Amino acid sequence: MYQPLWLTFKLAFVTTVCLIIIGIPIAAGLAQTKSKLKSIAEAVISLPLVLPPSVLGFYLLLAFSPQNGLGKMLNDVLNLRLIFSFTGLMLGSVIYSLPFMVHPVQAGLEALPVSLKEASQTLGKSNITTFFKVLLPNIKPALLTGAILTFAHTLGEFGLVLMIGGNIPGVTRVASIAVYDEVEALNFSTAHVYAGVLLAVSFVILLIVYTTNRHIFKKRITQ
Amino acid sequence: MISINIQKQLHMAQGMGMLNINVQISSKSFTAVYGPSGAGKTSLLRMIAGLMQPQQGSIEVDGVTWFNSVTKINHTPQNRDIGFVFQDNALFPNMTVEENLLYALPKYADKSRIYRLLDMVGLQSLVRQRPEFLSGGQKQRVALARALVRQPKVLLLDEPLSAVDDLTRVSLQNNLQQLHHELGLTTIMVSHNVPEIFKLADNVIHLDNGLVKQNETPARVFNILNAQHGLTLLGEVVQVNNSEIFILADGNIIKVKQALQTAHLSIGSKVSIHAADLSLKKLS
Repeated sequence: MYQPLWLTFKLAFVTTVCLIIIGIPIAAGLAQTKSKLKSIAEAVISLPLVLPPSVLGFYLLLAFSPQNGLGKMLNDVLNLRLIFSFTGLMLGSVIYSLPFMVHPVQAGLEALPVSLKEASQTLGKSNITTFFKVLLPNIKPALLTGAILTFAHTLGEFGLVLMIGGNIPGVTRVASIAVYDEVEALNFSTAHVYAGVLLAVSFVILLIVYTTNRHIFKKRITQ
Repeated sequence: MISINIQKQLHMAQGMGMLNINVQISSKSFTAVYGPSGAGKTSLLRMIAGLMQPQQGSIEVDGVTWFNSVTKINHTPQNRDIGFVFQDNALFPNMTVEENLLYALPKYADKSRIYRLLDMVGLQSLVRQRPEFLSGGQKQRVALARALVRQPKVLLLDEPLSAVDDLTRVSLQNNLQQLHHELGLTTIMVSHNVPEIFKLADNVIHLDNGLVKQNETPARVFNILNAQHGLTLLGEVVQVNNSEIFILADGNIIKVKQALQTAHLSIGSKVSIHAADLSLKKLS
């Protein structure tokens, strides 16, 4: 019974780790660039915010399908099947939750005074050192917000998972799908467990986001 | 010797304009950059530091080219031998005072120079504090010490003392003067404060609307040689009665006795007030 919950948290955790690695450089690039393509990149990254998950899932299903280009290549060259697999689910989740990591981090970086970066440069430090030693440590609240929102958002995935993962117990059957399944089968007591856990975890997560942000906000004001 | 010959299109006080600067600054001198807001003072400093790129021209420091638009040389700020003190001090909030200075220390350099600098600006007791717990003056002291950790040849200061109270300002000026001499720095400081310029600078670059208006000693720039013995104020009559005339001059109302030659004055008349025998009284 706990398998869907375990799977859900595993997916959320792996997605969050992937997005910390992928999302931060993207956010840093967007915060820095003066390119005209910036708006296009921002719009693409924000698409999952407004697109129905089933639409995103539909396109990913086509892209991952072993009959078509990308999926066929992955299948033939790397022997990697993304449809109805945990890896595919993970990849989908990373795309689906990308704005939740990129937006807070980008906003955090853009809000830092330019003089911090410039001071570090005049002290002889490379842009990489400046980024890791000066910029990132000063946007900790934004990083925390990004990571937590990514985690929470992945917990709540439904449409996308159903489209590209299906409902395979132990592989792609996450808690949100299990709730639906159990209700369909009129197993309300099991559905209660899944629903209750998701509700409690989501609430606690949002509580953490709001308390930390308010704490930091207050601290800034009193300075 | 620093030779600067640069041109750049900039947003200035009166809209888009051309910053066109051609000056020489001698080594180990203290130069103040003075002028109205939007004259290009900070831009000049940033271009020397490599934080902003001129469109044309060259910057040469002791025979080494830092920038040249023809030969396409443009050293990064990291590779220019400078210390920069920002107007907002730009201390790193995630580091203590000590860590801010340690961050600036080049690899394998002797740590003791950090403590010597902190000693010189009187901050030994605050090494473990984070910037948020320091006063404005203390922050600028840390910023000054941090800018000197790399032992730069040129120290650039962007109105470092504009946000501190008068007492702190004087003590910071003393710090700055001492460090400038002891470390043999070539110092370039943007400042609006005339007494400060007189106290610290050997030379003033007076910028106006992107051009060098004067490049002289403070005494010449501020025309001390033509100083007058008296005082003349221009004002406007605001009230007249039988014995006295009230005049608004420089925001003050001044009362002057009626006399024969003032009998024809009425409200709104423009006048000049002359005072000889000025006397001074020390405040506080």
